[in-house]
Amino acid sequence: MTTDIKELENSALELRRLALKIIFQAGSGHPGGSLSATDLMTALFFGGILRYDSSNPKDPKRDRFLLSKGHASGIHYSVLARAGFIEVSDLDDYRKINSKRFLSGHCHPKTPGVEIASGSLGQGLSVAHGIALGTRLQGFDSKTYVILGDGEIQEGQIWEAAMSASKFKSNNLIAIVDFNKVAQDNITKDLKDIEPIEAKWESFGWDVHRIDGHKMDEIMKVLQLPAHPDKPRVIIADTIKGKGVSFMEGQTAWHGVAPSKEDYEKALKELE
Amino acid sequence: MKDAATRDAYGQTLVDIGANTDIVVLDSGVSDSTRTKKFGQAFPDRFFNMGIAEADMVCTAAGLATTGKIPFATSFSCFLLGRTMDQVLVSLAYSNTNVTLAGTHCGLAVGEDGPSAQMIVDIAYTRAIPNMIVIQPADWEETVQATKALVDYKGPAYFRLGRPKVKGIFDSSYKFEIGKGRVVKEGSDLVIFATGTMVQESLVAMEQLANENINVTLVNISTLKPIDREIVVDQTRKHGALITAEDHNIIGGLGDAVGEVLLDNQIAVPFTRVAVKDQFAETGTGPQLYEKYGLSHNHIVKAVKDTLNKK
Repeated sequence: MTTDIKELENSALELRRLALKIIFQAGSGHPGGSLSATDLMTALFFGGILRYDSSNPKDPKRDRFLLSKGHASGIHYSVLARAGFIEVSDLDDYRKINSKRFLSGHCHPKTPGVEIASGSLGQGLSVAHGIALGTRLQGFDSKTYVILGDGEIQEGQIWEAAMSASKFKSNNLIAIVDFNKVAQDNITKDLKDIEPIEAKWESFGWDVHRIDGHKMDEIMKVLQLPAHPDKPRVIIADTIKGKGVSFMEGQTAWHGVAPSKEDYEKALKELE
Repeated sequence: MKDAATRDAYGQTLVDIGANTDIVVLDSGVSDSTRTKKFGQAFPDRFFNMGIAEADMVCTAAGLATTGKIPFATSFSCFLLGRTMDQVLVSLAYSNTNVTLAGTHCGLAVGEDGPSAQMIVDIAYTRAIPNMIVIQPADWEETVQATKALVDYKGPAYFRLGRPKVKGIFDSSYKFEIGKGRVVKEGSDLVIFATGTMVQESLVAMEQLANENINVTLVNISTLKPIDREIVVDQTRKHGALITAEDHNIIGGLGDAVGEVLLDNQIAVPFTRVAVKDQFAETGTGPQLYEKYGLSHNHIVKAVKDTLNKK
């Protein structure tokens, strides 16, 4: 754990390499959305924000993390390995049959550190809110963090959950929108524009913050804010799909394709 | 024995066992009709009315379950399942979360609200989902006991409940057990496997049949999955002819569940399925719809006679 920005940036770089490596090894996966979420997840797991004990992953008083945009499992497993929930060597099984830690294309709670199955967009905010309600009933001060994709918030269920969390004044729930502007089919704006995104969340009763999702100091600062007295919080993180690899950045084509050997090696050079 | 709707027994039991602080109840804006409102009044901190948002409710329940709570997510069966296939598959079944989906107002019995409110595919659907169990109690006593059993059960479950008042069949000597069918009445000529309201409907039919000297056995199948394979095989072998009776479409429900067991055991005997004949019904009272769409005691009488003729 560190709050040193430089150290966190180095960790993020290392995690980007790891995520790309396992996607390359698997021969399939989602590099673009993994790289856009990397800085956010690095701050959460290694910046002292998320309270967890990887040797006791079911500790009832833990903070929770959910990756609702579950296709970015490449970065999720990489983070879980670096945090000690699984071994780095387990990552060799990613997307392979008989995977010892059940490292499926989308995460499942059979893998230590994973709270719920993902793979269908739009469900994670509701699940995270259920967790937030549960920990509050238990009298714990746990927080629940959930990363949503920008395309994902086109799902109607997200807005059902947004209304619910505001109704129940669930200020222990923090949603982060990885606003990387690109979905599988198209740029999000053309697919179906989600702007004005801040006004939407505000009108649903949320405490809204907007940051550059690749500036570690901005990420840390917003994550360190004390909870709002009675509103759930959403952090709109402006990010770049494929961040860190020039030829992947902002490219729809890199949503769900593993790099070739040549591209992988080229990418690694950029991530040194 | 108490005459009441199974939804009433469910709502009352939740209140009666509500001191267990692990129990949480969710509803999606119909708590007056599903009878969870009483729980909400008694235990407001553990009652979550999610508004008319079934998908959100199902996933919120899944989240609550991961914290060790025991959620009962409740709505009309048509919306509870109709709007949430994806949520039920991923956040409940695949994640194997400990959530009971309590769907009231099932089947044609719901009556005048019409086919959009008459859920007749829920057994087929939930039975086909890995990790899910499916339970439909027949009366007050069985609902009380099944609700309590579901508190202790760990895993996703579908609890199928009805709107109309039904006759009490069991007294407190009855012992409900998940996965067990029960002989309600012993006869010799044929066996009826029935579930839900069709247990009462069968009992009426059996009175008529007895007047004609036809004596049949009635087995209540309240756990539709995992079905009690032993009682299906034993009773079918014993009688050599059977019918199934359910307020559900003929595809994928009790009839098919029983048929699957017989097929697995290479048992071929005269067999008739009393069920909705793969069609949408219409408006009308429950009893009118049962008569017109082939579910009433008169249809059971006819099915029994037709089946015996093939014996």
